[in-house]
Amino acid sequence: MALEKFSYDNEIVRKFTIATTVWGLVGMLVGLIIATQLFVPALNLNIPFLTFGRIRPLHTNAVIFAFVGNAIFMGVYYSLQRLCKARMFSDWLSNFHFWGWQLIIVAAAITLPLGYTTSKEYAELEWPIDIAIAIMWIAFGINMFGTIIERREKHMYVAIWFYIATWVTVTVLHVVNSIEIPASFLKSYPVYAGVQDALVQWWYGHNAVAFFLTTPYLGLMYYFLPKAANRPIYSYKLSILHFWSLVFIYIWAGPHHLLYSALPDWAQSLGTVFSIMLIAPSWGGMINGLLTLRGAWDRVRENPILKFMVVAVTAYGMATFEGPMLSLKNVNAIAHFTDWIIAHVHVGALGWNGFLTFGILYWLVPKLWKTKLYSNKLANFHFWIGFLGIVFYAFSMWFSGVTQSLMWKQFTPLGVLQYPNFLETVLQIVPMYIIRMVGGSLYFVGVIVMVYNLVKTAKQGAFAKEEPAEAPALEKFKDPLKRGVIHRFLEGKPALFISLTLVVVLIASVFEFVPMFLIKSNIPTIASVKPYTPLELQGRDIYIREACNSCHSQLVRPFRSETERYGEYSKAGEFVYDHPFLWGSKRTGPDLHRVGGKYPNLWHYLHMENPRSMSPGSLMPSYPWLLTNDLDISTTESKINTMRSVGVPYTEGYEKVANDDLQQQAEQIAVDLQNAGAPAEPNKEIIALIAYLQRLGTDIKAKNNQASK
Amino acid sequence: MFKEVLQSIEGVEFYTIVSMIIFILFFVGMTIWLFKVDKKYIKQMSELPLNEENKEI
Repeated sequence: MALEKFSYDNEIVRKFTIATTVWGLVGMLVGLIIATQLFVPALNLNIPFLTFGRIRPLHTNAVIFAFVGNAIFMGVYYSLQRLCKARMFSDWLSNFHFWGWQLIIVAAAITLPLGYTTSKEYAELEWPIDIAIAIMWIAFGINMFGTIIERREKHMYVAIWFYIATWVTVTVLHVVNSIEIPASFLKSYPVYAGVQDALVQWWYGHNAVAFFLTTPYLGLMYYFLPKAANRPIYSYKLSILHFWSLVFIYIWAGPHHLLYSALPDWAQSLGTVFSIMLIAPSWGGMINGLLTLRGAWDRVRENPILKFMVVAVTAYGMATFEGPMLSLKNVNAIAHFTDWIIAHVHVGALGWNGFLTFGILYWLVPKLWKTKLYSNKLANFHFWIGFLGIVFYAFSMWFSGVTQSLMWKQFTPLGVLQYPNFLETVLQIVPMYIIRMVGGSLYFVGVIVMVYNLVKTAKQGAFAKEEPAEAPALEKFKDPLKRGVIHRFLEGKPALFISLTLVVVLIASVFEFVPMFLIKSNIPTIASVKPYTPLELQGRDIYIREACNSCHSQLVRPFRSETERYGEYSKAGEFVYDHPFLWGSKRTGPDLHRVGGKYPNLWHYLHMENPRSMSPGSLMPSYPWLLTNDLDISTTESKINTMRSVGVPYTEGYEKVANDDLQQQAEQIAVDLQNAGAPAEPNKEIIALIAYLQRLGTDIKAKNNQASK
Repeated sequence: MFKEVLQSIEGVEFYTIVSMIIFILFFVGMTIWLFKVDKKYIKQMSELPLNEENKEI
């Protein structure tokens, strides 16, 4: 059989390699900054775009989509070519994908600090960027499937299955969760509201973890771990079995992010059950990875690459055991809204994603530059300091989470809250925040050492853009009858795979969504719940812009410790006009769902200017610009129109007079503030924010007795 | 919006059950196949990432 000569495109792999390290540094640095801000709130320097709420999504997006994202592409572009024995389908698409993705990251790095956000975790980017992401993702898909179709290797190795599942599912997730109606350029509202929005968001959020941080990395593990260990994977059969069970089960587990929320009970239980089931396929992957090294543990001692990979796989096993445990309602009752969750995700991010990426980089860079790693010693140093960093990080956050949660729930023998002041529980854990920052710094130092090591490695080697290779053409695909591309496509397994994965993913999603959207009794309506006034709506958008929901939940769970502290627990029917929902996922500060009417306007005014004037020792940043910025009311009309189009019952024509109502309400609040001695003007942003805060949770306060039917 | 679209499909619940059954059948079938599959094939598959270098120049 004649051998075909071709070459692998190493240049695109090199580009993604550089992008991975650069964005890794940026994302982790931003993480360090916000970790420090949590105990030095003045570090925002009173500048809006340096404030926690705005740069926290920058950290998460940079780490997930820039660092991990580029690492996925780096690994896929390297391994796919070799597994398929074919060059990437199109060089143009490769470069288009690369530069497009970097542009998206830059766009995120600009818009997020400026406050353009949808408020949905890990999907904060606004609609024009969402569209750009979809285009780049499709470009990546065409390039990947094109390569698979033109492959010279008949069989598709399991890593490719994971890549395909990743692509298919992320496409579905991104599209469904990004269905939003633009109100202006860079401002949109989701079509879903309240409970439904929450369900869709956490179906997305959970599966972003599953199909962006897990399945592609399992694919990388199945390729690079055997490469680094120079031995085949422990059990190929196990990899097939755990692939399908993982793809099937993962998609159901999303509601475990919403336990004890206003989500219907059946949906919560569904999330719990499937989360427990997830242990099996997750550990299938972990066991497969670890046992690949059976009988070769002596090599792990000497080889830093294997060290990184072993810890990565172990961290994966730990995180995927902890996850299902956190999905048990009794554990979740303690862990949710606390730093425990932060520990959990960072075991995954720092351990699994970070360490696997580092292992791959240490293997790949010498390979691409045709040389040896510059210093094994430095790589070992990186390993140990990084490992220590993870330990400091995880333990401090576990400790902090449990401590604070138990303090929230502590009653005195007389039956009143022992720590009624939320701030007291925060100050208790400040030392843990400092230790976390130390852990993060250790990890960051390790990464800097790695970058130095890799740059030195590259300098001593010689990079070749093209790597010549040859392989026999694939008989079956030779297509003697010239039946055309479509037929060839259907002949191969990729099509079957795409459709099977898609079916599996859609089954679960449909199961979750159909009843939720169809059955009316899932969201009991409450007659006294009314749409927001124009001023409150504007205030709500300021709340979203400053990402108050990063630190404050709007969801009182039905526990006595919470109803005592905050008031009546949250009902599904209260959120029907919340586009988007703002339940939050973390209580760095207290819950705000019942904050309306709790404090006078003046308290909020002074508190936003400097939180420590009202709550000495508070860790909340100051928001002085809200007192001086003019409220932009030119957007009111389009916002009312957009809200109506997604189902909020503003009467026709109301958008024309909405600003009259807005100004009238603003005037009232301003007068109240002036009477209290504050130099407030009605046209400032703070007025709108106060209006919104004072409205929160008051709809059912008025008619508490007949609140829920 | 979704509600209207979904409600317009007759017997929408039926599809969910069918899809569930399809998946379970597929999963069971695959498991049986895994037990029966040729060991040589599995060995060849698992060595794919390691073989490629032989073919390079």
